[in-house]
Amino acid sequence: MWLKFEQRPEPSRLMRYLSPLLAVGLMVASGMLLFHLLGKSPAEGFKVFFLNPVQDKYGVAELFLKATPLILCAVGLAVGFRGNIWNIGAEGQLLIGALAGGGLALHFHDTNSMLLLPAMIVAGALGGMFWAAIPAWLRTRFNANEILTSLMLVYIAELIVSWLVHGPWMDPDGFNFPQTRLFQAKATMPILVQGTRVNAGLFIALGALIAGWIFMNRSFMGYQMKVAGQAENAGRYAGFSARRTVWIGMLVGGAMAGIAGVAEISGPVGQITEHISPGYGFAAMIVAFVGRLDPVGIFFSGLLMALLYLGGEQAQQYLALPYSISKVFQGLLLFFLLCSDVFITHRIRWKK
Amino acid sequence: MPNAPSETPRLVIKGVSKIYPSVIANDNVDLTIMPGEIRAVLGENGAGKSTLMKIIYGVTHPDKGEILWEGSPVTVQNPAHARELGIGMVFQHFSLFETLTVAQNVALAVPGRLDLAGLSRRIEEISGKYGLPVDPRRLVHALSVGERQRVEIIRCLLQNPRLLILDEPTSVLTPQAVRKLFETLRQLASEGVSILYISHKLDEIQELCHTATVLRNGRVTGHCTPSQETPKTMARLMIGEDLPTFHHGEPEEGREVRLRIDGLSVKSEDPFGVDLEDVSLEVRSGEIVGIAGVSGNGQQELLRAISGEEPVPDKRWIHVCGVPAGRMNASRRRALGMCFVPEERLGRGAVPRLSLTDNVLLTAFRRKMVRFGMIRRKAAKTFADDCIRLFDVKCGGAASEAKSLSGGNLQKFIVGREILQEPKVLVLAQPTWGVDVGAASFIRQQLLCLREKGTAVLVISEELDELFEICDRLVVIAKGRLSPSKATSETGVEEVGVWMSGMWPGAEPAKDEAPHVA
Ligand SMILES: Nc1ncnc2c1ncn2[C@@H]1O[C@H](COP(=O)(O)OP(=O)(O)OP(=O)(O)O)[C@@H](O)[C@H]1O
Ligand SMILES: [Mg+2]
Repeated sequence: MWLKFEQRPEPSRLMRYLSPLLAVGLMVASGMLLFHLLGKSPAEGFKVFFLNPVQDKYGVAELFLKATPLILCAVGLAVGFRGNIWNIGAEGQLLIGALAGGGLALHFHDTNSMLLLPAMIVAGALGGMFWAAIPAWLRTRFNANEILTSLMLVYIAELIVSWLVHGPWMDPDGFNFPQTRLFQAKATMPILVQGTRVNAGLFIALGALIAGWIFMNRSFMGYQMKVAGQAENAGRYAGFSARRTVWIGMLVGGAMAGIAGVAEISGPVGQITEHISPGYGFAAMIVAFVGRLDPVGIFFSGLLMALLYLGGEQAQQYLALPYSISKVFQGLLLFFLLCSDVFITHRIRWKK
Repeated sequence: MPNAPSETPRLVIKGVSKIYPSVIANDNVDLTIMPGEIRAVLGENGAGKSTLMKIIYGVTHPDKGEILWEGSPVTVQNPAHARELGIGMVFQHFSLFETLTVAQNVALAVPGRLDLAGLSRRIEEISGKYGLPVDPRRLVHALSVGERQRVEIIRCLLQNPRLLILDEPTSVLTPQAVRKLFETLRQLASEGVSILYISHKLDEIQELCHTATVLRNGRVTGHCTPSQETPKTMARLMIGEDLPTFHHGEPEEGREVRLRIDGLSVKSEDPFGVDLEDVSLEVRSGEIVGIAGVSGNGQQELLRAISGEEPVPDKRWIHVCGVPAGRMNASRRRALGMCFVPEERLGRGAVPRLSLTDNVLLTAFRRKMVRFGMIRRKAAKTFADDCIRLFDVKCGGAASEAKSLSGGNLQKFIVGREILQEPKVLVLAQPTWGVDVGAASFIRQQLLCLREKGTAVLVISEELDELFEICDRLVVIAKGRLSPSKATSETGVEEVGVWMSGMWPGAEPAKDEAPHVA
């Protein structure tokens, strides 16, 4: 008797949804192994990493706070990914969105208008869209691969942020720290639960999930993107515009990432610094895939990814492990997801 | 005769059943085939023929039943295992990688070390020997369906199989190529190869096959010896009743031109494609015009130009209902009243992983299925249900994925979807490809009805019989040029056959010496 690895006659629907769970299981297991190899008790490690962060109200609130930008970016990306538009530059779009919204906040730092925050959100969306429009234009005009161009624009965006906070936008009373002045109250998100940091950005994320669901499942444009993603020739046969697919896929992703950027600076950060995002734009790609490009799935995978961020902080504090441990977990998760996904089309059987 | 009593049968199938959630595709099927026997498997669309073949080839696994290969029981694990056993199969839906060359595609199925140069030589050898011309260096995506089918057949023959399964291999081959293929198959059979042959063309079966098994609704309902039957009696065996006869209404004269192609010239971007040169054609309301020709002579390029999948630089080259439409995409041309049935069903005419309801939206969304940018799924579902009912599409309902339909049923669905949109102009490529005799005559009848209602119909087909049956006028395409048109009543198969090699009166002598004639 031995094990045989063979193709399934048909892709398994069950595995499609089981695979993310399997990946999570494997990630946790290998995380425990990692703790053991680093000389920590795996049980202790598990507790610190996965349970401690959410043991009180504040922790749960932090979980939702961290999940907000992840979910926002992931929903936007999923729209494009479903249409085979590979925008991997959400991180850059998030930063430019934050600059657009933050710039507005700095410019109107003494206004009393209730409209400032909504205007910042709109500006953030536009900023993200602008940054995403560059690869979209390069793709439709010159057929340049959006994977490369959108990624390269991330680094440009980071440099722009760095230049602004070191130069023109630096807080004059900030002892030369590379950051802008703190935003005034009208430019910050209202807190939802007293004593925590979770803010109205969460509602925007939930709204985005619902809008994303409707777009993907009910709108004709979402249908066209699905066709373009699954069968390009059928899209051409139907006469759906391939360019429009590229534009929508990129712009929706950019807009959502831009809003996520504003949610960060007007929420937990409260100003523009060099560290607006600990890689949310990249982690969101993992969130989108683990969530099976489906808004409901993205909600849960967004929470999971947020937990990994919080767990990393805890591990740093209580286990004296580097913060990058959460990046290791992210990598493991994606790695195991890709592995488990093989079982959607393949299976292992006993063979005599 | 193949049935020497002492021999062990090559393959015995005992009580095989395959149950899908919505349908029993095979129900307790028995089948025996001897060495050297050519056995036809007959049946309507969705009768379970392809499913049975896929079971033999290890693509799917039976829920019940037993398979004996040369006397001993086997469980065919997968196609590689089947090939190891000595079973070869040509699929109804092609299984070629579009971005690879012919030789690379063949290499994928040949075990052992990769030797592309040697393989290319063998491909050329086989293609010459069996009269299946194809260039091993060409990329598959640039091949017409007819050419792809040749590649599939050659790929099979390269492996010297002892059982060869052919699932509708001739649906898009020319008569000459079919004759060549039959010679090959007879030769193979005389060498002891068993052949399972699926086709909806009953005259072919009569000419080629020693024995026939009839399937209906997944069950074996009869056997016959084709040489002792007529196509008519076999059709009755298959569908359980006589074929309907055609009702040919009078062509209505002097109606307006609905589709005009005027001096269309397109340089193909593919180095192996065919350039269209100065193609002109008019199709009027209330007539059916046929384009005959051997596949690979510019049909694909012409179809893409007409459908709008590949818009042309000059908008005046193509007029749809009087509107210059050359630069419009497919969707805008549809808005003018044109509908189109492409030759590839899966992946072009339908999205494989989407439901039939969703596939209706692909082209019929203008029929009040979208409001304020939102899909009205109910309207799409009603349309799909109508299409399934009126065109007798066998499937598990409008929610079935397109790829779960049998080949002929998907074709009926796509043709139905386009016809039910009541087009002003309807362009069809191989409209009855893979459709059973009953359904084929139904589709042709529908086309005749459309014509009576005043639709302009353009049919591109390699089946001359079909064209002569329904068309008012015929033109021939050869090497990217179009012959003058002739009324069907004033020409015959012989003349059209000669024209198909590019030699019609007034034709310029061919410039290149590489003819695309099989
Ligand atoms: N993967 C599948 N899932 C569900 N139903 C299927 C699947 N494959 C085939 N069927 C169903 O099984 C039945 C038999 O299909 P099959 O492809 O064997 O028909 P066929 O005799 O080859 O028809 P055709 O002449 O049209 O090719 C059909 O009703 C089809 O819808
Ligand atoms: Mg079939």
